[in-house]
Amino acid sequence: MSLSTADLLRVARLARLQIADHEADTYAAQLSGILAHFSLIGEVNTDAIVPLAHAIETVGQLREDVVSEAVDRDQLQAGAPLVENGYYLVPRVIE
Amino acid sequence: MTHPDYPQTLAAQSVALAEGQFSSVELTQHYLERINRLDGQFNSFITVCPDFAIAQAAEADRRRAAGENGALLGIPYANKDIFCTKGIKTTCASRMLADWQAPYDATVVERLHAAGMVMLGKTNMDEFAMGSSNETSWFGPARNPWDTNRVPGGSSGGSAAAVAARLAPVATGTDTGGSIRQPAALCGVTGLKPTYGRVSRWGMIAFASSLDQGGPMGLTAEDVALMLNAMTGADRRDATSIERAPENFMADLGKPLTGLKVGVPTEFMDAGLSPAIRACVDVTASTLKQLGASIKEVSLPNAGVAVPAYYVVASAEASSNLSRYDGVRFGHRCENPVDLADLYSRSRGEGFGNEVKRRILVGTYVLSAGYYDAWYRKAQQLRRLIQQDYVAAFNDVDVLLGPTTPNTAFALGENIADPLTMYLSDIYTTGVNLAGLPGLSMPGGFVDGLPVGLQLIGNYFDERRVLQVAHQFQQHTDWHSRMPVAAE
Amino acid sequence: MHWETVIGLEIHVQLAAESKIFSGAPTRYGAEQNTQACAVDLGLPGVLPVLNARVVDMAITLGLALGAKIAPASIFARKNYFYPDLPKGYQISQYEQPIVSDGRIEISLPSGETKTIGITRAHLEEDAGKSVHDAFPGYTAIDLNRAGTPLLEVVTEPDMRSPAEAVAYMRAMHALVRYLGICDGNMQEGSFRCDANVSVRPMGSDTFGTRAEIKNINSFRFVERAIEYEVERQIDLIEAGGKVVQETRLYDADKHETRSMRSKEDAHDYRYFPDPDLLPVVVTQSRIDAIKSTLPELPWTRRERYVADFGLELDEARTLAADRPLAEYFEALARTSGDPRQSANWLNGELAANLNRHGVGIESCPVTVERLGKLITRITDGTLSGNLAKQLFEALWNLEGEVDELIDQRGLRQLNDSEAVRALIAQVIEESPTQVAQYRSGKDKVFGYFVGQVMKRSQGKANPQQLNDLLREMLA
Repeated sequence: MSLSTADLLRVARLARLQIADHEADTYAAQLSGILAHFSLIGEVNTDAIVPLAHAIETVGQLREDVVSEAVDRDQLQAGAPLVENGYYLVPRVIE
Repeated sequence: MTHPDYPQTLAAQSVALAEGQFSSVELTQHYLERINRLDGQFNSFITVCPDFAIAQAAEADRRRAAGENGALLGIPYANKDIFCTKGIKTTCASRMLADWQAPYDATVVERLHAAGMVMLGKTNMDEFAMGSSNETSWFGPARNPWDTNRVPGGSSGGSAAAVAARLAPVATGTDTGGSIRQPAALCGVTGLKPTYGRVSRWGMIAFASSLDQGGPMGLTAEDVALMLNAMTGADRRDATSIERAPENFMADLGKPLTGLKVGVPTEFMDAGLSPAIRACVDVTASTLKQLGASIKEVSLPNAGVAVPAYYVVASAEASSNLSRYDGVRFGHRCENPVDLADLYSRSRGEGFGNEVKRRILVGTYVLSAGYYDAWYRKAQQLRRLIQQDYVAAFNDVDVLLGPTTPNTAFALGENIADPLTMYLSDIYTTGVNLAGLPGLSMPGGFVDGLPVGLQLIGNYFDERRVLQVAHQFQQHTDWHSRMPVAAE
Repeated sequence: MHWETVIGLEIHVQLAAESKIFSGAPTRYGAEQNTQACAVDLGLPGVLPVLNARVVDMAITLGLALGAKIAPASIFARKNYFYPDLPKGYQISQYEQPIVSDGRIEISLPSGETKTIGITRAHLEEDAGKSVHDAFPGYTAIDLNRAGTPLLEVVTEPDMRSPAEAVAYMRAMHALVRYLGICDGNMQEGSFRCDANVSVRPMGSDTFGTRAEIKNINSFRFVERAIEYEVERQIDLIEAGGKVVQETRLYDADKHETRSMRSKEDAHDYRYFPDPDLLPVVVTQSRIDAIKSTLPELPWTRRERYVADFGLELDEARTLAADRPLAEYFEALARTSGDPRQSANWLNGELAANLNRHGVGIESCPVTVERLGKLITRITDGTLSGNLAKQLFEALWNLEGEVDELIDQRGLRQLNDSEAVRALIAQVIEESPTQVAQYRSGKDKVFGYFVGQVMKRSQGKANPQQLNDLLREMLA
């Protein structure tokens, strides 16, 4: 169960995490060790066991279809990194 | 009033406030002064909010004068910096949110403040609640008041240290894999992780949504029960919060333990447990026997895979929950991003510490194409097996007893370089989160001057029973009233 | 080489709920940027989604109308990817257990044939926000008003074999969701968005070719043209020795071409997993039954009823049944006038023409059911001839008065008095010996001349049928 540096960088890309070159090997080694240990989960027989997503299996609450939020844009955007005329700005995306 | 000895517990303070021995403002000032004087050693607070606290205390005194007398009215508390607080920044101990102001209060905060509690400040924690030592905080590690060269545990390390050092009578914590119980054990205080769904997660910044639960920490089970009363209840803003008839968690505290069946999981008492801690467990079991309980061995056959199953599930959920931190609408944003990809990866690369990044990477990996079935789905299958083990055990006994941690507080820096070692210290606590059961840690001894915590695990929604056992134990022992020298 | 086109469509139906699928923010179109995005929609730290009960009902409604299976428990899953209009870095959608599966819808083709299109699934999900690329130089501006709007994504089997079939399906689904009141169908506002999966294969083959996805087509016409272009492109490519790449393409209506989207990134790995913030959506049989009992009669059931009970032709029945307000008008009119076939003629004829000409929908039609019904009654009872009825209709459209009033005022009463008609015929015969001789010598066409003449002399009021019969009798 070994993660190469290339694998690690691929996962980092998926997760949008910049990993510096000098750190990539370290992360790869750490993750390899961690995953190697965790891989022992593969040794337990789980045939016909239904995965448990919620510890308490109940019905979730629903809400009525009414407008219940008054949006205070200024309050919600206070402290936003880059806002202009009510828009959030990011570097130009080319589609 | 010239410096009376303020009582240390919430329960005693509540009585004293009701009797007019001092005001909430005075009590609050007492704590603020202690924090100011002593917290330099422990770094248990990220933010102290004296003005806010005094204003709340004054309001509580006004309410009391107008005739109110709830148990929590005017009682100060420390709030883990994972709960959103309007007007006071909420950082999750991360550079990503170092200056973030939430536009709303967490439900837990609303409830505690409605009950009249006074917030002294926001406590230190592991970054985004990921850790067992409070060493991953952007604001520096918190330190164990029993030995400031040692960790207080995590992720609710700041809350545990603040309570142990008597910088607050009680504190809020959150527990995803042991983050209330483990620091409570290492700091010699009492902490409870309620049944999943008891406490609303609205405004409680998410780490692993199906595992996270907020809970109280204090010096005694009684204090924990008092605070739990205010924290619990279904919330329309949290679809996973569970609707139940209102309950008073104090109701069974005084009941004797006669006829109580206590199970000790064999798998917890194995070779990995230090002999000194094993001895504490045995002594605790004897004490409970003297109080009328019967002790037997039970088995949790899948206990050995709880840690990996937990970390796979928790990391997966965390990797998704933390995707929103992207520098666009709030939080840290890198300087001069050249394009969108750069904005994301640099803002996140700079904003998150190493442990958070590690968990995001693990989580992303176990969910990714080709790995989902063998990892994430497999872990959720193990989760069901682990749950089944507990359900079977509870057919046999009323409550489980065991150690909270395999060791006492370790030295700062000792484990931080080896994540796996850190993870493996969660062996007794993680299964409880996977199953969603209530779990409590209470002080049960000392080894070389360092506290040992005993864990009680209850059946679903059986917090009252767990608190009863802890309270009765605390009526007949005094571990919980010991105070670290550094706090004097 | 004969090629077969294979098309599957995915339609994003924006559900007409007041509030968002997971928050209480409003969903109205056209609000100023970011004034309808609350904390939950923005994905701020600490927020949680809570499901809107009404959108579940809307999904069930569509499922029932499609004769589909409604899942007793369905799961929300997170679809993880990074894009600035997706605030949480994941979209809450449904993956392995959608709420609706295994349905069908009948479409009618221009040839008059019908075809059944399989609906693989319909699932609930939240919409993303919008990116504005040219408002600020060097930046893309993000508006999250639309984030969290409830969507129902409807996915067909790859059952369509031509652009025309694709359009027919799109029209049928568009009509249905409006019929059911679950979507306003406004394509300009993005309430109804279509992606097309297109591939080609040699005729007779039973394996599928590689498909390309054409995204976000929002008009019937564009769907047809985009698919046409894409099919040709793929065929040309394969015939030139190339291979179709599985990719996403955008249709450019101005240039009439599809273009590969600059890869947002390498193939998406969405890392779907069940959303831990949401518990399974449980749908009981009693809830399904309750919704079933409130379902409006569906277009095709209505259509069949019109054919069976009213004796309408399939085509006219289909047109009337397809639009709910029109169908309701028709049924009321049929009741009032007592003549369903005439009612259908008027609605599909004069009325439709006027509605079109004036750019008005049936809901705003100035001619009431009562008045049109009366008009038809007067034709049936012989008071009014067909021609003059048309005139009268115009008057009704312009709100000039009631039917009987207008008949009297304008002297439009049909002439049914056979003696009077005979007299007029006799007059014409006398004055037109040439035409009489022509007719009697076999020139049938001249008959029209006599009809015209009598009509003129009767100011159009002669009863055409009666006139015909009497003329034939008297000219013989």
